[in-house]
Amino acid sequence: MSWNRESKLNGALVLLAVMAAWELASRAEMLNPLFFPPVTKILKSFFALISSGEIPAQILSSVRRASSGYVLAAMVFIPLGILMGLFDGLRRALEIVIETARPIPPPVVVPVAMLFFGLGEGMKIFVIFFSSAWPILLNTIDGVRNIDRVLVQTARTFGLSQGRAIVKVILPAASPQIMTGLRVSLAITLILVVISEMVGSSDGIGYFILDAQRRLKVDRMYAGMLSLALLGYLLNQLFVIFTNYFLSWHRGMRRAE
Amino acid sequence: MKAQAPILQVENLSKSYRQAGGESTRAIENISFTVNVGEFVSLVGPSGCGKTTLLMSIAGLIAPSAGRVTVKGAAVNGPPRDLVLVFQEYNKSLFAWRTVLGNVLFGLEAKGRSPLDAEAKGRWLIGLVGLEGFERHYPWELSGGMQQRVAIARALAYEPQVLLMDEPFGSVDAMTRLELEDGLLKLWKELGTTILFVTHDIEEAIYLSDRIYVLGRRPSRVIHAVDVRLERPRNQLTTRADPDFMKLRNEIYRRTAGEARNEA
Amino acid sequence: MKHRRFNLPGLAVFAALLLLWEVSSHSNPNLQSYFPPPSEVMSVLFRLAFARELLGHLVDTLERFLGGYLLAAAIAVSLGVCLGYFRLAHSFFDLLIELLRPMPSVAIIPVAILLLGIGDAMMIGVTVYACAWPILINTIDGVRSIDRTLIDTGRTFGLGRMRILREIALPAAAPYIMTGLRVSLPIALILVTTSEMVVGGSGLGYFILDEERSFRTKEMFAGIAVVALLGYALNRLFVALENRMLAWHRGITAKGTP
Repeated sequence: MSWNRESKLNGALVLLAVMAAWELASRAEMLNPLFFPPVTKILKSFFALISSGEIPAQILSSVRRASSGYVLAAMVFIPLGILMGLFDGLRRALEIVIETARPIPPPVVVPVAMLFFGLGEGMKIFVIFFSSAWPILLNTIDGVRNIDRVLVQTARTFGLSQGRAIVKVILPAASPQIMTGLRVSLAITLILVVISEMVGSSDGIGYFILDAQRRLKVDRMYAGMLSLALLGYLLNQLFVIFTNYFLSWHRGMRRAE
Repeated sequence: MKAQAPILQVENLSKSYRQAGGESTRAIENISFTVNVGEFVSLVGPSGCGKTTLLMSIAGLIAPSAGRVTVKGAAVNGPPRDLVLVFQEYNKSLFAWRTVLGNVLFGLEAKGRSPLDAEAKGRWLIGLVGLEGFERHYPWELSGGMQQRVAIARALAYEPQVLLMDEPFGSVDAMTRLELEDGLLKLWKELGTTILFVTHDIEEAIYLSDRIYVLGRRPSRVIHAVDVRLERPRNQLTTRADPDFMKLRNEIYRRTAGEARNEA
Repeated sequence: MKHRRFNLPGLAVFAALLLLWEVSSHSNPNLQSYFPPPSEVMSVLFRLAFARELLGHLVDTLERFLGGYLLAAAIAVSLGVCLGYFRLAHSFFDLLIELLRPMPSVAIIPVAILLLGIGDAMMIGVTVYACAWPILINTIDGVRSIDRTLIDTGRTFGLGRMRILREIALPAAAPYIMTGLRVSLPIALILVTTSEMVVGGSGLGYFILDEERSFRTKEMFAGIAVVALLGYALNRLFVALENRMLAWHRGITAKGTP
């Protein structure tokens, strides 16, 4: 999306207009203030909850379990994806198992995980691990399979062993697509951490939001949602920085095409 | 007078492919020739005659159906240590994630060179192919001709005894090609590497080589061998105007045209 | 993944795993309660299917899915075309979109409960919200990426704005729109099953959770099998539709075989 100054200004105007409309409508009771408290009240709650440390604590819980599942999935499924991308036999052998497990909507895994892990950390980490697996695995396999044959032959003509070829040629060449998989998984991870906290939990930002709604503390609920949006934004930005650093060569290449 | 010790020997090399329908096509059949140390030898033939298959077999990247290849006396069973292939599709062969210097250094890393003197050697090679100043550039930022030069520098960084080149100048424009030809000859003179060069351009082959093997249409065989006794150093203007140059050209052209007529 | 030949090794591995599950479940009574043998799950599945209970939940889930997905598609594609076409409108809403995007759409469930209660309306509502984003963003991208030349071609042939939109812009943007629609397919299923689990009452999500809580694991796995089949069937259906609609596009982008 292009970000020229005029666009930013227009966008900011619209945002302010929406917020002002909300505020006025809420105070004038055109919108039910129970469901739509004034923006100012929400923001006050938000800052209060942040400074009291309550929201940061919940976010930390969520981030901790999210990152455990995510990192675990990456550590398991990137190497597996590379192997499956390189060895067609392995890919075909696991193909049916994967195609069977894939259509299972991740939330549905939660009850199964609850069966084995109860309501604790293990359950949530398992759900995240299982759900973030697919984008990582499938994109890695695709990335490796799409590597041009000439590139592999180049590695061979320079006498590289299979192992060195994987590290020096296969991995870098597939990294743009692996990154895509990691990025999609990040979004899924966030969704799943919220779901698993809503369905069975005692803490975390997802639980916080649902709990606020149940207790009809609506401004807390919105404050929680705001923090979640900020968290999502922050994680995305971090990912973009990370990708830009490692894939600067790829960006230039795409732009040239 | 160059030493006449053979470094690469191709003996009765044949390769067939099994097609989807089940029948097999023979790409190359019973090819034999020798390349001596320090020579510049070209393989010339029409497009699609199996030159790439031949080169890939010599490079150990595909297994022949029959016959064998020996490099320095040892049979080729996989990519041989003393030999490197420069691919025609340089844009697919260069590593997009490495800079020019990074790509060239790869050749040194592959040989296990220590990183200390690797960088110096890498820079020297980049200078040798005329790309000083472009060390930190990425391949996509360079023109086709420049990219091919990076690929050549990378291959030379490997310090191969034999350099195989698969129509390296096929995808660049005519003017760049002449520059690259002279550049290659300069490198060859400087480093003394044995070069086996594949091209469909008869004049290019004559201009560059000591000896030319002419390949026929599929299934290819060596239909003609000719020594090129033109003076070195070669010059784009004078060498190409030399009457012997013309004679060779006509001779080779007649042979390949004859192949086409035979086929018809 | 292409299925060119009959995948014997794949089938063998799958069958072996099922067999392993079956045998270890029978031999270990402890495990049996957690991981009932597939054979028993299958028999339960058939019993439930014929008993109409599971079928009822399936229909509920499917209804909510279709309602949410199709509504989201209608809204998001129209909005996306507008925003993609009219740069001015896009510049107004770009910031808003970028701010709302990073929030995981499931977080909207509590709000939806407040506003829409705990019935179908709420489940369809959150599904619409969640699916709208990918469809919207991809549609905007698709419309914006239309080559100027295509539009000018329409204009040089004297086509009016509406005709250009219908006959040139929409087909040109179709691949992108399809991508958005394809991506939001699993999202819809996720949101429907999640809201069913959070709110309860009916639907496959609720059914699976309920069976888990009552420790009726056979029924739970049967429910999971059904929902997986549903997801698979929907996906195949979509791919078949997509292939027909985008046959021209595949020809252009088909990768050359190495």
